[in-house]
Amino acid sequence: MSGITHDPFARFRGLTRARIGIGRAGDAQPTNALLDFQAAHSRARDAVHGAVDFHALAAQLAHPSVPVRSRAPDRQTYLRRPDLGRRLHEEDVSRLQALAGDFDLAIVVADGLSAAAVSAQVPGLLAALLPRLDGMRLAPIALAAQGRVALGDEIAELLGARMVAVLIGERPGLSVADSLGIYLTWQPRLGRVDAERNCISNVHGDGLSHAQAAETLLWLMNEARERQLTGVDLKLETPTVSLPSAPQALT
Amino acid sequence: MGPGLVGFMALYQTRLGARSYRFADLKAVLACASPRRSGDELAGLAAQSDEQRVAAKRVLAELPLKSFLEDLVVPYEDDEVTRLIIDSHDAQAFAPVSAMSVGQFRDYLLSYAADSDTLARLAPGLTPEMVAAVSKLMRNQDLIAVAAKCRVVTKFRNTLGLAGRLGSRLQPNHPTDDPMGIAAATLDGLLYGIGDAVIGINPATDSVPDTIRLLQMLDELRQRFEIPTQSCVLAHITTSLRAIERGAPLDLVFQSIAGSEAANRGFGIDLKLLREGLDAARALQRGSVGEDVMYFETGQGSALSANAHHGVDQQTMEVRAYAVARPFSPLLVNTVVGFIGPEYLFDAKQIIRAGLEDHCCGKLLGLPMGVDVCYTNHAEADQDDMDTLMTLLATAGVNFMIAVPGADDVMLSYQSLAYHDILGLRHLLNLQPAPEFAAWLQRMGLCDEHGRLPPPEANSKALRQLFAAAP
Repeated sequence: MSGITHDPFARFRGLTRARIGIGRAGDAQPTNALLDFQAAHSRARDAVHGAVDFHALAAQLAHPSVPVRSRAPDRQTYLRRPDLGRRLHEEDVSRLQALAGDFDLAIVVADGLSAAAVSAQVPGLLAALLPRLDGMRLAPIALAAQGRVALGDEIAELLGARMVAVLIGERPGLSVADSLGIYLTWQPRLGRVDAERNCISNVHGDGLSHAQAAETLLWLMNEARERQLTGVDLKLETPTVSLPSAPQALT
Repeated sequence: MGPGLVGFMALYQTRLGARSYRFADLKAVLACASPRRSGDELAGLAAQSDEQRVAAKRVLAELPLKSFLEDLVVPYEDDEVTRLIIDSHDAQAFAPVSAMSVGQFRDYLLSYAADSDTLARLAPGLTPEMVAAVSKLMRNQDLIAVAAKCRVVTKFRNTLGLAGRLGSRLQPNHPTDDPMGIAAATLDGLLYGIGDAVIGINPATDSVPDTIRLLQMLDELRQRFEIPTQSCVLAHITTSLRAIERGAPLDLVFQSIAGSEAANRGFGIDLKLLREGLDAARALQRGSVGEDVMYFETGQGSALSANAHHGVDQQTMEVRAYAVARPFSPLLVNTVVGFIGPEYLFDAKQIIRAGLEDHCCGKLLGLPMGVDVCYTNHAEADQDDMDTLMTLLATAGVNFMIAVPGADDVMLSYQSLAYHDILGLRHLLNLQPAPEFAAWLQRMGLCDEHGRLPPPEANSKALRQLFAAAP
């Protein structure tokens, strides 16, 4: 006889990816639930240690791009030294300076903590976003390896952009290993703090769609240009946007 | 530079075996005396060897407690948190231990003389730096034993922190704040007796209308079942203030806080704004048994991550965050110990140690400490390690812990404890939820006459009621 108690809440599992209604073996989780959890954890750990194929990504984009690196040479260093992930590699500085211009917007794509998120979300998101920039002058898209959110400040400053949107792989969870976050910063420059950014998180198959994320980002960018700021002072009156928040480890 | 500084500098040295060790200042002593952790290494503050670490502890053990009132690790004139700590120090409460060194203070805290009442009276006389210092001389065992003697009781719609109780926050997060998904996760948690500390949502969206919508949903659910608990949407304090202005049913004002003025600025807050939040929430008079309306979250490494740590080790900065919380009589203070990532707490050994430190230090300062026993997928830890930490904290008398469905937070993408884990701990260690909440569980037919929650019968009254509310 099985020691598992049937869970009456199992029927509601379709409403959320949360692990509700998984039943009890005494006070503990039943064996199947336990092993499901461990399988998901192993996938998430694999996503953290994966690498983005930026070369392939560049070929998919409908806009010029430029590859850059942070000062973190590899994953292990990246995980232990966020300060290095926030700074541009010295050798890439002049390359960006050569591309500098008078830009309204810079877009930085960074691997962050999920290579899978960049591959899965960035092409679709940019396809939804780029045609709707309405005359905004967009700098070459920077493709940043071993990058954190604040790396975008230095990149955009070098490119001469008045605003930067950083598209970055969020820390994988058990349910979702390919979630993308978007951080918008007005007048980016070295030393900007988190409270000066706005964040749209959870862009993935079961979270915000590419169209929703593009819509929200466009709204935010218009507000930022009108009010000449981003961050906690740009309080949002539209749903589906979040302020400086969740994935602190990325910033 | 404080007037006593030159005098104290002479004290920052010791001999250990054949070697002599010298430390530049109090900050260096505190940092080098800290158990090894990646955040202090990242900041370039950690001890260079195990022997140097013990040498720093030797130096620390000899320092007079009262020296921490003069030799300030973050300058008074630069930082409103330091000014708060110094200006609100209660010399009378400090008097019984004022002649002790840090080492003697450790012995005293462990002694039978230091009982619950004594420690409660002492709390206003302690500064975070004194508490951080003594914790660095403690083993995990000491951190548990001392914390277990501290009792910090707070009240809003129920009474949290009583002896023999283990509270829990029900955390029904959803990646898009979908009300159906949140309701399902909430009802599932109530079935396990979770949610006496708070039913609290981390919103994926921090907009004012979304916050109001979620607050209304939680409040309707609470009122429908007459649950003696409080709800919270963990939005930025400025969002909560706007929601209050618009008449939202807000129980608790949430805010992340840190241990320096500059770090708090990184969160978009200062002490004045926290005071506004407290006043606004109190004015609503929504509590039934008390008016503790603030919910704070902290975590080692937050000051360093904002580059606002003033060269001070991350554990000392964390305890300073509790000093920020103290004047606002919080209902809940939660250290989100493993959330910040491996650059601050590299692995399970460091996370477990930090969780025990945070809990003990917060309790010594008189705060209602809870812990989010958690880790991220880029840290070297797993659920086995969380089992260890949750069991240690439950024996240490933690006020509450966080619980999410199946230990998997699908919004914040990290792992905490499962509803099951809280239930198992309560049964294993004979701990009960808050008394008002326990009585409600009995009324609902969810727990038996011994306060235990067996798996519900398929057609029980409680299930029928909860199903009626399900989406």
